[in-house]
Amino acid sequence: MDVIEQTLQHHWKDEIFEIFKRGGVEQLVYVPDAGHSQVIKKAWADDVMTPIPVTTEEDGVAVVCGSWLGGKRAVLLMQSSGVGNCVNMFSLIKNCQFPFFCLVTMRGEWAEFNQWQTPMGSATQQAFEMMGINVLRADSPQSVPDVVSAGFDAAFVGGDAVAVLLSQSLIGRKKWDVK
Amino acid sequence: MGCQMSQNNYQHGTINRRQFVKELVDLCPEALIVTGLGSPSYDVFAAGDRPQNFYLWGAMGAAAAMGLGIAIAQPNKPVLVITGDGEMLMGLGSLAAVGAKKPKNLTIVVLDNGHYAETGMQRSHTSLGVELTGVASACNFDWTLSVRDSALVSELAEKVNAKNSCGLANIFIEAVDYPKALPPRDGTYIKNRFRQHLGFEPF
Repeated sequence: MDVIEQTLQHHWKDEIFEIFKRGGVEQLVYVPDAGHSQVIKKAWADDVMTPIPVTTEEDGVAVVCGSWLGGKRAVLLMQSSGVGNCVNMFSLIKNCQFPFFCLVTMRGEWAEFNQWQTPMGSATQQAFEMMGINVLRADSPQSVPDVVSAGFDAAFVGGDAVAVLLSQSLIGRKKWDVK
Repeated sequence: MGCQMSQNNYQHGTINRRQFVKELVDLCPEALIVTGLGSPSYDVFAAGDRPQNFYLWGAMGAAAAMGLGIAIAQPNKPVLVITGDGEMLMGLGSLAAVGAKKPKNLTIVVLDNGHYAETGMQRSHTSLGVELTGVASACNFDWTLSVRDSALVSELAEKVNAKNSCGLANIFIEAVDYPKALPPRDGTYIKNRFRQHLGFEPF
């Protein structure tokens, strides 16, 4: 395990993966983020879950809807910057009432070094809400399992469309080696 | 080849889209079909409505990615994406997503007239030098097929039904706007009946 991975190890990330496993998720669709790295790694090592990397987040929205059409549960992982890419594609969820669960690691909201992340980070919740997707938020490591599990059940038991935002403070400061 | 020709009289292909799609769908009775918005949805509906058709009316660029999700979820069924050149161009990145997974039961059929028919027949990139088969090859697809002769429909159907490779066929069709045949627009209805066909109940 390299240094970067060690600094990114968090217990709540294992709990997220367990919620997906217990919930019968068979496709993990993602655009990678450091905050999701542990879950993605576990999906690649899993016998049942198929990891599906997409090149842009709106493709991921379409993939998870396709998975539901085929009778399976899929979840979508992305960073806040990707939410804006999805806006028109969310009409698929609204029109067809697809159950939808999306996990978003936040940027541009806490000790952000790169202000290019801030415009979309500031608008992430509104972008979801204006397209009819409910937003939950986890700010502390202790709250992550409950919030993720509540959103997951609302989606796949209640048929709702839910995004859970994982606060940037959970991930910690990104280290920039500025000379 | 066609890049210097004028907007109005350029013809990209000669195949009749309605006839070709009808023959293809008839030859693939088991296939789960996703259609790209606009004319491909009308063509597939005109071939005969069936519960295992999912017609897109929006979400442009979604067709291939939805097909990927279905194909991985239903590995024993042939999955057929029937879309247009404009819709495929909007979701070009999804070809990379497909190529990275390569489900053996997924075929993408692009009805390519080199134009955006729905918006008034403006030229699209495929009649300005871009080849979708080349993109699919570079994206690791098992095969690609350029179809300029409608007799190739049986070979294409065999590939769909074989479920042993992931491919993309580009069908060079006439740029003719047919009378619209309108499938249901109620997304919840087409979602639920698609799932019901596979044995899944609604909530």
